[in-house]
Amino acid sequence: MPGLLGKKIGMTNYYSEDGKVTPVTAIEVGPCTVVSIKTKKNDGYEAIQLGFGEKKEKHLNKPQIENYKKLNLKPAAVLKEFRNFNISEYKVGDELNSEIFKIGDIVKVSGKSKGKGFQGVMKRHNFRGGQRTHGQGDRERAPGSVGQSSYPSRVLKGMKMGGRMGFERITTSGLKVVKVFADKNIILVKGAVPGAINSIVEIKK
Amino acid sequence: MDKLQEIVQDQIRTDYPHFNSGDKIKVHVRVIEGDKERIQIFEGDVIAISGSGISRSFTVRKMSSGVGVERIFPFSSPKVAKIEVVREGKVRRAKLYYLRNLSGKAARIKSKNIR
Repeated sequence: MPGLLGKKIGMTNYYSEDGKVTPVTAIEVGPCTVVSIKTKKNDGYEAIQLGFGEKKEKHLNKPQIENYKKLNLKPAAVLKEFRNFNISEYKVGDELNSEIFKIGDIVKVSGKSKGKGFQGVMKRHNFRGGQRTHGQGDRERAPGSVGQSSYPSRVLKGMKMGGRMGFERITTSGLKVVKVFADKNIILVKGAVPGAINSIVEIKK
Repeated sequence: MDKLQEIVQDQIRTDYPHFNSGDKIKVHVRVIEGDKERIQIFEGDVIAISGSGISRSFTVRKMSSGVGVERIFPFSSPKVAKIEVVREGKVRRAKLYYLRNLSGKAARIKSKNIR
C-alpha cells in the first residue's frame, strides 16, 4: 500500500466514453522525493520519508540546511513517512510521481479539513435543536439539557457543546481513481476530498 | 484554477453552432440499443442555458402528445452527436421557465426577424 503526497487542485466533472458524468477531484500528486529511508536495523521499522513541494532556505534552521546539502536535495515543504513501501527498491533522491496509481485503484485520501470557526451543536454534532412551534422562544438551535441535578452538580467531561469546528485530519476512503494524467502528474479521484483548494493531502493506495 | 482548466480543456466541446434561449433546436442523441447505436432526434425550444465551462448545460422543452417533456443536456456530453438550429426565437429573458405554465397558442415563441 504505497502512498504519495499531493496538492488538492479542485473539483470538476469527468465524462466517460458512454456519456456518464462523474464528479471528480483533481489532485496533483508529487513529484515526491525520497528524503530518507528508515530501516528495521536503525529505526526499528521500515518506511520511506517523502518530501513534497519547495521551501526557501531562510525558513529552515542550520541543521536542516546542512542535512539537505549533504543529501544534495532541494528543501521540501512537507515531509511525511510512508510505510508499506518495499524499501529495497528505493534510494535517497529517487523521485516518485503519479505512475504508482492506475485507473481503477481504490485510494484513501487524508488531509486537513476546512476550518469552520465556532459552530453550534446543530452543525458541529448534528443535534436536532428544539421545537419551532408550541410557544418556543429561543430554543430553535439550543443544545437542550447538559446534565442532571444536585448530583453531580457539574457538567460531565466530554459533553458535546458548541466550539471550534473543522481544521482536523480527515480521511476519506474508498475513492476510485478515474483518470491519471502522467504528463501533468495529476490524478482524478471520484468524489470529494477533505481540505481546501491548494491544501496538502496524502494519497494511500 | 489554471491547472483545473487544463485538465478539462480537451473535454469541452466547441463543435456546436451558436444558439440562445428561445431558439428551436434539434439535438441528435446517440442511443445504444443492445450493441447497436442509433441517432434519436429531440426537437424543442431551448428554455435555459446554465453553468459554465465543463458543467455548462442546456434545457430543451418540447410538447409530446400534449405533455411537456424537458431534457437537460451537458454541453460536453459525448452522447450528443450534433445540434441543428431550426429557428431563432425572440425572447426577453434568459430563462424561459414561464413556458411551463402556458399551453397551446400562448406557449409559442416569436420568431426573430432576419433582415
